[in-house]
Amino acid sequence: MTGKRSTFLLSALVFGFAFLYVPILLVIIYSFNEGKLVTVWTGFSFKWYVSLFSNDGMIDAAWNSLRIGVMSATLALAVGTPAGLVMSRFGRFKGRTLFSGMVAAPLVMPEVITGLSLLLLFVTLEQLIGWPAGRGVTTIVIAHTTFCAAYVAVVVQSRLAGMDTSVEEAAMDLGAKPAKIFFVITLPMILPALLAGWLLSFTLSLDDLVIASFVAGPGSTTLPMKVFSSVRLGVSPEINALATLIILAVSVMIVISSLLILRSERARSRSMNQAASES
Amino acid sequence: MSSDKPTLKQRYDRLMLRHGRIIVIGLPYLWLMLFFLIPFLIVLKISFATAEYAQPPYSALFTWIDEGVNITINFGNYLFLLSDSLYISAYLNSIRIAAISTVITLLIGYPMAYGIARAQGSLRSVLLMMVILPFWTSFLIRVYAWIGILDREGLINALLLNLGIISEPLIMRQTEFAVYIGIVYTYLPFMILPLYSTLEKMDVSLIEAALDLGCKPWKAFIKVTLPLSMPGILAGSLLVFIPSVGEFVIPELLGGPNTLMIGRTLWNEFFANRDWPIASSVAIAMLLFLVVPIMWFQHIQTKQEENGQ
Repeated sequence: MTGKRSTFLLSALVFGFAFLYVPILLVIIYSFNEGKLVTVWTGFSFKWYVSLFSNDGMIDAAWNSLRIGVMSATLALAVGTPAGLVMSRFGRFKGRTLFSGMVAAPLVMPEVITGLSLLLLFVTLEQLIGWPAGRGVTTIVIAHTTFCAAYVAVVVQSRLAGMDTSVEEAAMDLGAKPAKIFFVITLPMILPALLAGWLLSFTLSLDDLVIASFVAGPGSTTLPMKVFSSVRLGVSPEINALATLIILAVSVMIVISSLLILRSERARSRSMNQAASES
Repeated sequence: MSSDKPTLKQRYDRLMLRHGRIIVIGLPYLWLMLFFLIPFLIVLKISFATAEYAQPPYSALFTWIDEGVNITINFGNYLFLLSDSLYISAYLNSIRIAAISTVITLLIGYPMAYGIARAQGSLRSVLLMMVILPFWTSFLIRVYAWIGILDREGLINALLLNLGIISEPLIMRQTEFAVYIGIVYTYLPFMILPLYSTLEKMDVSLIEAALDLGCKPWKAFIKVTLPLSMPGILAGSLLVFIPSVGEFVIPELLGGPNTLMIGRTLWNEFFANRDWPIASSVAIAMLLFLVVPIMWFQHIQTKQEENGQ
């Protein structure tokens, strides 16, 4: 019985992972194809990478996207970290239901709705108080911060939920001020979650097409908007080259950050063990 | 010295009297109010306006006349949505496509999550990482990858034609089939992760007990494993279903001109027709339908959170 079951599970895993990875591998392979057609392999070449880097519109859009990504991810950390802290450590307070609703809803809200509603907010605000004057990088950053903050809050909250509160309690008993406890104890302990939250926000921002399309203005075309308009016309090997570069960058980023997280975890558990053996 | 030492929560509660707590709650609260909640009210407001050739392109609901406020509410947008069969069929189509995709995602994701949860220690974390990794790579590019595969001149057709299995290229892109593939492909990690976390926590001895007592394996699965993994099934299904109802990119790039979905309709009303009031009423109608699943999702989240603590 176990034999039959594990064969089934094994084939489900093989099929599932093939389904997840084969399309991505094909994009990478065909980015090195010399010909323009995706189906015919005519020879190995870097020419699409060369033509990608001489495409000024693409480079400008990429630069816009990177700037927006860094700003949104940083702001999302500033908004999302206290939100996660409130959700996991503050117990009940007035308006908590509304608060947790506003934190969870952006995770599942269809992007067209979020995009439209933010655009209408910006237009209304401009009419009322004259800010933001026009739309562009600022409005995209605000929009991205809002939905990324929800992701940061969830990541921080789940990290705090799985964390022992005894060290924080001990510090309180010893008379440390809450702000000090946060910066000296809680913050270092949730650092891996903050790093993960930042990276997640950065990639989400870099990847967003729909919301950015609603709130963008002239001169703030992002990379996904550029890619979308060229992909609409069909497959282009230049996009394959771009996709390969993005996949490469993401993989390097993930490997480095998981190594960093692993190392800080090890260091933390080592110092915990040391503290335990000394006491 | 008092014998009952205040707990961490009591200490934090005491903080409420001080300003620190108010700032910590206030900052994200205000941000989300301003940039998440209030925008919906504005969408609601503009869904009752009339489209105009103006900047911005809709009429004002409140106009000041002499000493009073004149309120002009236009229900026409909603009546229009109800009277034009295009919108209703776009709604029904979106719900149907999202529901079918959710079921397919569950059927593929469940055995995968089960397999990962039962794998050995280090292999398990590698497999889990492999589920998460595609989530980090660009969504747009993952949809794009399928264009090259499903297209008339795509890889599947080239392969089948070369092997002589078919003589005419199959039409796979620009069909509903391609939309299912796109949704299942991009949302699969969202299904696997919550399923994995419930299956991983599950007590294996319960199944062993059922088997020891002579229960057939499939019956043990239906009677024990399936009910215990229900929170994961629900959370995963809602995480797939809700966003796919409003999906725009997948039907636009992989679906045909006839694949009506409500997200696409909203996009076209806004960008092609520049009719902001109609786009707003489409958004409100979509929200009205999604409110129940969204609140359900939230309910599951809070329940799991409470169980976890």
